[in-house]
Amino acid sequence: MYNMNLNKVKMNEQDPDVRNKNFEEVALGYTLEQAIEEAKRCIQCKNPKCVINCPVNINIPRFIKEVAEGNIEKAYEIILEQNSLPAICGRVCPQENQCEGACVRGIKGEPVGIGRLERFVADYMREKNLVKIEEVKNQKNKKVAVIGSGPAGLSCAYDLAKYGYDVTIFEALHKEGGVLSYGIPEFRLPKDIVKYEIENIKKLGVKIEKNVIVGKSYTIDDLKEDGYEAIFIGSGAGLPKFMRIKGENLNGVYSANEFLTRVNLMKAYKEDSHTPVYKGERVAVIGGGNVAMDAARTALRLGSKKVYIIYRRSEKELPARLEEVHHAKEEGIEFKLLTNPIEIVGENNWVKGIKCIKMELGEPDASGRRRPIEIKNSEHIIEVDSVIMAIGQTPNPLIKETTTGLDTHSWGGIVVNEDTLETTRENVYAGGDAVIGAATVILAMGAGKKAAKAIDEKLSK
Amino acid sequence: MYKILEKKIVNNDVEKIVVEAPHIARNCKAGQFIIIMVEEDGERVPLTIADYDREKKTITLIYQKVGYSTKLLGTKKVGDTIFALAGPLGKPVKHVENAKRILGIAGGVGAAPIYPQLKEYYKMGIKVDLILGARNEKYLLLEDEFSKFIDNMYITTDDGSKGRKGFVTQQLIELIESGNKYDEVIAIGPLIMMKFIVDITKKYNIKTSVSLNPIMIDGTGMCGGCRLTYDGKTKFACVDGPDFDGFLVDFDELLSRQNMYKDIEEKHKCRLDETL
Ligand SMILES: Cc1cc2nc3c(=O)[nH]c(=O)nc-3n(C[C@H](O)[C@H](O)[C@H](O)COP(=O)(O)OP(=O)(O)OC[C@H]3O[C@@H](n4cnc5c(N)ncnc54)[C@H](O)[C@@H]3O)c2cc1C
Ligand SMILES: Cc1cc2nc3c(=O)[nH]c(=O)nc-3n(C[C@H](O)[C@H](O)[C@H](O)COP(=O)(O)OP(=O)(O)OC[C@H]3O[C@@H](n4cnc5c(N)ncnc54)[C@H](O)[C@@H]3O)c2cc1C
Ligand code: SF4
Ligand code: SF4
Ligand code: FES
Ligand SMILES: [Mg+2]
Repeated sequence: MYNMNLNKVKMNEQDPDVRNKNFEEVALGYTLEQAIEEAKRCIQCKNPKCVINCPVNINIPRFIKEVAEGNIEKAYEIILEQNSLPAICGRVCPQENQCEGACVRGIKGEPVGIGRLERFVADYMREKNLVKIEEVKNQKNKKVAVIGSGPAGLSCAYDLAKYGYDVTIFEALHKEGGVLSYGIPEFRLPKDIVKYEIENIKKLGVKIEKNVIVGKSYTIDDLKEDGYEAIFIGSGAGLPKFMRIKGENLNGVYSANEFLTRVNLMKAYKEDSHTPVYKGERVAVIGGGNVAMDAARTALRLGSKKVYIIYRRSEKELPARLEEVHHAKEEGIEFKLLTNPIEIVGENNWVKGIKCIKMELGEPDASGRRRPIEIKNSEHIIEVDSVIMAIGQTPNPLIKETTTGLDTHSWGGIVVNEDTLETTRENVYAGGDAVIGAATVILAMGAGKKAAKAIDEKLSK
Repeated sequence: MYKILEKKIVNNDVEKIVVEAPHIARNCKAGQFIIIMVEEDGERVPLTIADYDREKKTITLIYQKVGYSTKLLGTKKVGDTIFALAGPLGKPVKHVENAKRILGIAGGVGAAPIYPQLKEYYKMGIKVDLILGARNEKYLLLEDEFSKFIDNMYITTDDGSKGRKGFVTQQLIELIESGNKYDEVIAIGPLIMMKFIVDITKKYNIKTSVSLNPIMIDGTGMCGGCRLTYDGKTKFACVDGPDFDGFLVDFDELLSRQNMYKDIEEKHKCRLDETL
């Protein structure tokens, strides 16, 4: 029998007043009983809209049916056919815009908790030590290079390894994972889980060479010379944007990338970390996306007394996942909406405040969202001693600068053939944030899979 | 893991190591640097590639033990391995076209990064003079190595223990005033030294290149932590530099950014001193 309850089975969470002081995971996951109960809410649509709206097309009703019947191992196999990082996607996908956004149960009531179930299956298999992965022999005897070990690169490498290629990932940092490791904080995505899912990909036979910056250590042409027959660029969007307002280079002003890298990748949240981080008493985070929420909630956990999110549009336009906005509010972050910074004020080279102006919404702009307009004479200063800029990232130009014939758009994204993701250089493919700009984990993974398929077709000719 | 193949103690504070690093030795050029992590969970710290050997696939690093991470590096011996070495990073130096004679000015450990640059000029057939300055005799680096190709070398020490007593800036003024003509000055050393040198060369309008050393993490343009104001615009030293036209650098801003973590760094250092 289906469970016709209009609401999702509640997931346990750490209490807001406890969790805003620690870095442990906020959402605690389902028990087996809770998962089965939630799985029974899926009515097994004949034409499941959820599947079309998942960028990697997981067979959602099939895996959920197995969960409902308690066959978690079978459910895991079904997910893994399409998605090599299920514990991660189950946690960080913006499900409301994707799979769950299209679920029929969401028409009246809440959609099926697809992400939560995916997370449950992956966690269950990991915790019970049930995952079995065998190395795929590289029957094809062909080398492929993947640049970047973020979700795009990892999923491309995973599929290529399964097709039988000899795959090496080159990663600029000392740790693999891309944004999963350096950006998204521990309390939302524990690093042990990231490590585990990446280890599983390595077990397939994928090699990862760290500390190699393609474009600097080796060029694309070097890689071709070294016998890589195809190359996938999954280098992400790692170039932070600044507002170009006065005072941005004062001490105490961070890009979200720097702040989060110090805390997550370099572990500055631990007392004995070698890498320092400046913990402001009063912090302003500029922006309204996932990155801004993460930076704000991280600052709070480091001990900042007061943390503001400053965003120039209204609540409705906040691009962050709903759950993150909700969590941020619960934890005590103050939202200053329809407010835009115009100057960072300093004293003795340190931040002292942020001068803002109030905004109102005008006519819709090119993005379809109503354009914010300044309200005259509404300037005011908010007293803060630290500012974190989280207004977006663009693709890094390092690879383009050293690769002749690799075309990019004026904003930095790599130009690709939409069907194959091949770039303007033959046998060089690209996908993820490097191509579409800062987006989502699952879109990056979808691109990695698509490129892997195209590479296989090309190299099999 | 990257193995230390040779190590030389230059003086109490300065050491030189040769490390296995095939991915860096393959393409590196004068003016570039690496990011080193001595141990897992250590700090990411930039150091200039002082020399390299493409055949042996090694690079040479010269570092001054000023704080936690460089002291930790100092505890490593020949045969030990380093957790991470990423690079080569930064832009190689752009040489002045048609230069006939240039002047290098090295302050303290700045001798390490300036060495490969001056050697390049020499190889191009350009005459190179050098002012080599340090606190005292013990801190004068690479004097023998420089003397192999430097045309005129002027040594200065703060305490007069060797060469001329005083700062490199006094020597610079004297050289210019006595009629020496240089197509370019390359100054590498403490920020404050570079700032004062630029104050002088600006007056005489001699093009001056400086190598900046703001605090870095990734070294690839990802974090923006190494930013500085250059010609009124924001630049990232790790990808746009580290070498810049000294006339256009906002030194005062850089000086304060460099001291951002002074208190925390002091604590780290004390902790290591206790355990050593
Ligand atoms: C703080 C933060 C929070 C986010 N939260 C969410 C969320 O909740 N849900 C969601 O779906 N998305 C979220 N995103 C977005 C998501 O993480 C990205 O869209 C996704 O990671 C992009 O994947 P990618 O593989 O294209 O690039 P990345 O994850 O950026 O990985 C690129 C990798 O390539 C490496 N690299 C770059 N240049 C080179 C080079 N020249 N040579 C070698 N290696 C190189 C980088 O070091 C990096 O490891 C968030 C992003 C941030 C920053
Ligand atoms: C491009 C570049 C090339 C360099 N080349 C050399 C070299 O060849 N030899 C050499 O001895 N030194 C070099 N330095 C300086 C060297 O990076 C610092 O001395 C080192 O980071 C100090 O770290 P610490 O933990 O030992 O000391 P700390 O006590 O942590 O710091 C001492 C001072 O070093 C600077 N510093 C600290 N952390 C960093 C960091 N992550 N990045 C940059 N600076 C930092 C700060 O100004 C700080 O006040 C270079 C710096 C740059 C940016
Ligand atoms: S991968 Fe993401 S979009 Fe696809 S089913 Fe899972 S949570 Fe939904
Ligand atoms: S749309 Fe909803 S109810 Fe239908 S199959 Fe998908 S998850 Fe189940
Ligand atoms: S060190 Fe991060 S951008 Fe330069
Ligand atoms: Mg340090």
